[in-house]
Amino acid sequence: MTVQLTAGAERPVVRLRAVAKNYDAGAVQVAALRGVSLEIPQNCFSMLVGPSGSGKTTLLNLIGCIDAPTEGTVEVCGEAIAAFGDNALSDFRARNIGFIFQNFSLVPVLSAYENVEYPLLLVGMAPAERRRRTLAMLDAVGLAAQARQRPNELSGGQKQRVAIARALVKQPQLVLADEPTANLDTATGASIIELMRRIQVELRTSFVFSTHDPHLMSHADETFTIRDGALVQPGLH
Amino acid sequence: MMRLLQIAFRNILRNRRRSLMTGSAVAAGAAAMLLFGGFAAYIFAGLETNNVQRVGHLTIFRSGYFLFGSGNPAAYGIDRYQSVIDLVRKDPVLQPMIRVVTPTQTLLGIAGNFSGEADASKTFMGVGLIPSDRERMRQWDEFGVSARYVGDARLSDQDPERGLLGVGIARILGLCAPLSLPNCAGAPRAAEVKKPVSVRQDIADLAARSIERGGDKQAMPQINLLAATAGGAPNVVVLSVRGAESQAAKELDDNYVAMHLALAQQLVYGRGEHKATGIVLQLHRSEDMPAARARLTTVLQQNNLPLEVRDFAEQVPFYTQVVALFSSIFFFIALVMGVIVLFAVVNTMTMNVMERTNEIGTIRAMGVRRASIRWQFIAEGALIGAVGASIGAVLAIAIALLINRAGLTWMPPGSAAPSPLRLEVLSHPRLILSTWLVLAVMATIAALLPAGRAARLSVVDALRHV
Repeated sequence: MTVQLTAGAERPVVRLRAVAKNYDAGAVQVAALRGVSLEIPQNCFSMLVGPSGSGKTTLLNLIGCIDAPTEGTVEVCGEAIAAFGDNALSDFRARNIGFIFQNFSLVPVLSAYENVEYPLLLVGMAPAERRRRTLAMLDAVGLAAQARQRPNELSGGQKQRVAIARALVKQPQLVLADEPTANLDTATGASIIELMRRIQVELRTSFVFSTHDPHLMSHADETFTIRDGALVQPGLH
Repeated sequence: MMRLLQIAFRNILRNRRRSLMTGSAVAAGAAAMLLFGGFAAYIFAGLETNNVQRVGHLTIFRSGYFLFGSGNPAAYGIDRYQSVIDLVRKDPVLQPMIRVVTPTQTLLGIAGNFSGEADASKTFMGVGLIPSDRERMRQWDEFGVSARYVGDARLSDQDPERGLLGVGIARILGLCAPLSLPNCAGAPRAAEVKKPVSVRQDIADLAARSIERGGDKQAMPQINLLAATAGGAPNVVVLSVRGAESQAAKELDDNYVAMHLALAQQLVYGRGEHKATGIVLQLHRSEDMPAARARLTTVLQQNNLPLEVRDFAEQVPFYTQVVALFSSIFFFIALVMGVIVLFAVVNTMTMNVMERTNEIGTIRAMGVRRASIRWQFIAEGALIGAVGASIGAVLAIAIALLINRAGLTWMPPGSAAPSPLRLEVLSHPRLILSTWLVLAVMATIAALLPAGRAARLSVVDALRHV
């Protein structure tokens, strides 16, 4: 089944064709994804929903170019990622994709400022511009005052704000968030979703995030439901 | 690069106890290597100083003397040695390097003390020298390791009959009491073996004639020295013994007789042409030795002189043996310390990689290349090595200063008297630098394996790691 949500003539930011992903589990192979085809348009706030073990994270990994499909093709930002070598893929991710993880995954030895600045170092941005963007992004997530604090000095919500700032500071075409509210209380989770939504609109970035929380679906432009490794329901809100 | 090191430094501080233990292993290794290296350096300097004071840096011999001459020194004398000395002294290249140029005469013979009850004789190995040159040579102390030299007036340029003995030969000749030598017991009464009267009488007669020529030296004990002249005839001189000094080896101590060059030449050459078995050169600085030797060889060849040049290490194989021994021990210590550092750093870095697997996955997902991950961990290993080695170096310098000021003494190999115990660490910056480099490089090498493992991690597996 191909889920096509392309609005107008804009090229989709993600295009998957008959993607399958199998994992070796000892003597047997486990199919994590089966024949998934989808297109995600630019500047959308898209959501992957499904129960635990349904294949959400595997799909995000493929879209995020940190894993390769067993079968099928993956195009991200107009590039067929199968053609890339490891370094090219790293550079591609550094330029085009931002990640937000469930467990925040900030670098503990870096301050909030340095964590946000880190992706800009990878793309070789000039120091002055790097500083301007980092401070602006910290301000945008409401953490300008905590810039010098290390992750262990921040609350869960603050850590996830830093993670959001880190994912967005380089203004990527695509931001992937794997259950970004799973480790937060309901109120903080809601504020994080609102923050991501607001920034997505301001920066006109494509967001794809996975969740199994049905309350968050109301925030999404598009929702993909995945179950047992296959897309089961195209949806538009 | 600075950011890489900054992050590496912070990561080292992340698990302080582990880093402290690893750094301590590196520091202990560095300190052990430096302290032993400093001790060895002091030994080398002491031995070199001792040898250069005695035999100079370089000696010119007649070709073949070095290998065959000790059996018959008289046969290998250098003709017109004074002209060779002048040649050396006037050479513009050698001139600024040379401190002392002096002739010596080696000889073999029999020493006898037939005065009073002593009636003892002993084969001896003698050396004839110019006392004032000997004094100057003994003041050489390029490395500052020699005890302050107070001067020795027992030999004199003006009195060629004065001489010094090894304590051993002085004891054998029954001179302990006459010379008031400490720790020098007289010989126990043994079954007396009568020497052939004819030989004793011959020596005594010859000596009596010599005494008549040399005047009365009754104030100090006298011995008779008998040797064969270059022509094969027996010759005897009287030596006025002015003292005895311990020699490094017992064999030498039991045979050593030092005398004025003129007396040695008189004994060996009689009324014939006086030669010298060696022309000793002492340089201002040991580092000039290769250049001086090369120049000397050239000068001798240009003048078609059948002479050869030997350095003190060739003349005193003991020096080379001690250097080789201490160098081997130092190498072994360095090897052991290097292996300890290697395992300590491998262990620490492997644990660091395991603990930071998720972090590695995160930054790889953000776009960090494998090579950057590898460099990150290599930098951490190198930093542990560098910091540990630096601390070890500071520690070693402090310990060395403490020991040097403690006034400890010890008996160096090949020495007859105790010397102050010193550790020459601070004065050997190359030792410090090389030790630091070896350990830092070992730590860096040790980090290669865990760093490679970190770089090869699959991003997805790393992110999944808890």
